[in-house]
Amino acid sequence: MTKEIKPKRRDFLFTATYTIGAVGLGAAIWPLVDQMNPDSSVKALSTTEVDISAVEPGKTITVLWRGKPIFIRRRTKEEIDEAAAVDLKDLKDPEKDSDRAKNPEWLVMVGVCTHLGCVPLGDKGDYNAWFCPCHGSHYDTSGRIRKGPAPTNLEIPKYEFVNNNTIKIG
Amino acid sequence: MSENKYIPKTKLAKWFDSRLPLLSLSHHLKEYPTPKNLNYWWTFGGILTFCLITQIVTGVILGMHYVAHTDHAFESIEHIMRDVNYGWLLRYVHANGASMFFLAVYIHIFRGLFYGSYKAPREVIWIIGVIIYLLMMATAFMGYVLPWGQMSFWGATVITNLFSAIPLVGESITTWLWGGYAVDNPTLTRFYALHYLLPFLIFGLIILHIWALHVPGNNNPIGIDVKKNSNETMPFHPYMVMKDITALLVFIIIFFWFVFFAPNALGHPDNYIEANPLVTPTHIVPEWYLLPFYAILRAIPSKLGGVIFMFAAIFVLVALPWLDTSKVRSSTFRPLYRKFFWVLVVTVILLGYLGAKPPEGIYLVLSRIATAYYFIHFLILLPVLGRYEKTDPLPMSISDPVLDKPGLIDKFKKAAGQYEGDNVGSFK
Repeated sequence: MTKEIKPKRRDFLFTATYTIGAVGLGAAIWPLVDQMNPDSSVKALSTTEVDISAVEPGKTITVLWRGKPIFIRRRTKEEIDEAAAVDLKDLKDPEKDSDRAKNPEWLVMVGVCTHLGCVPLGDKGDYNAWFCPCHGSHYDTSGRIRKGPAPTNLEIPKYEFVNNNTIKIG
Repeated sequence: MSENKYIPKTKLAKWFDSRLPLLSLSHHLKEYPTPKNLNYWWTFGGILTFCLITQIVTGVILGMHYVAHTDHAFESIEHIMRDVNYGWLLRYVHANGASMFFLAVYIHIFRGLFYGSYKAPREVIWIIGVIIYLLMMATAFMGYVLPWGQMSFWGATVITNLFSAIPLVGESITTWLWGGYAVDNPTLTRFYALHYLLPFLIFGLIILHIWALHVPGNNNPIGIDVKKNSNETMPFHPYMVMKDITALLVFIIIFFWFVFFAPNALGHPDNYIEANPLVTPTHIVPEWYLLPFYAILRAIPSKLGGVIFMFAAIFVLVALPWLDTSKVRSSTFRPLYRKFFWVLVVTVILLGYLGAKPPEGIYLVLSRIATAYYFIHFLILLPVLGRYEKTDPLPMSISDPVLDKPGLIDKFKKAAGQYEGDNVGSFK
């Protein structure tokens, strides 16, 4: 019984039916899955303009953007120098400070720890910058992860300086 | 003792039962043969059923007064506590009920571990149980988010962020879970819908759990197979029903002691502060029943690693029937496993304690040791013990350990001897 079994017309029909059925089922399920993604009203809130004229050196303001806190810090000279002086080899997620701050005086970051999403506390931790109280991640004056479980640096959102006193986030 | 086929007595019953055999089912449940040596650790199945029903009944009622919206959720909980008639009672029963549910399920799981109830032919019962346990944790977690307090919000943030550790698709998954870019109103409404749904899935799985149990029948403290329909078993009703009710009453006393005298003892005061997305509480902790896994998460100094180990700690239980290679079920006859079992109990309790402590210094060191031991127990000790442990001889019958006590037979003989003259019977 080593007769070669040739696919019959019926086999082709079965395969075609399963395939079309699977595509149809997938198409029917997709709306049920995609409805959980951010809706239009959530996406519509994607930019925020912030007046930064009142922020003094060494102070941070926190604003809400897309439901997340955004830290806007006016850094002191020492903080900028400290951030620039770090050897990239010492970093878990190497990034130059100049790549993180468009204007070295202003550091704009998403204030959400990259570990599990808590809000880090300012002027705390081993680098006297940001420290996350939940699971102990330490960030430096450029918001880069230095110690603790967080895998990456604090995220830099898309932002631009509209004029000297206003930042547009998003 | 009889698993005889049920024959309905009346014509009407016959007519109905041949169309839908509910009467046969009820007869089976009543007459279901249970080993006569089951101890009180076997009463937790019934207690857990009680817990689930309590949660569903109080939960459906709370759902009539709760508003799932970030602007109203916190207030609606206070409304339930202050305005709704007996709202405080229903909410406290529901909140403490969750804790009691987990207390009971942990005892139930450890009973299974001690007496080897997961071993052949009961692997499927055990795996369904692990799935129920996972669903319970998901349900409890989502329920804790609903009051929209600080712990609700930040607990939800941390747990949903666990999925962001998945390479490549992690970010998309968390955004999808949230329905936004952070935990917000879309998250709250879907958690509410799922928190309402999952208990009914659990209910369905419990039916499968019991069905799978009724195929081989109960394990027992001796762990050897019992002869069904012999003097080794008793019908479930009324014997086990009465025993279950006795245990349930004691359980209810403890449960309602919490409800009436310490309703917030197991909760966290920060959850009476409304959720604030700008401020993380300085020390966030999950509910007590999730603490051992939280400790494992934090013990691993890598985000993805922590998440993998945390889930592995639960999923290792699925493989347990095959990791434990010993043919002997009950710890009673496994002198070494019995000791390691208690070390495991202590380890899990220690992990729970460490989960509530800040992840630094000695606490971190201990969490790492305890995490390592947890996995060593399942992945190394159990397979090795099965091969090398010298187990004690098993009795031939579940009655033997009672009757085989040294001197016991003589005692009976002596007692019988007193009646010898009365011709009551002889004991030889």
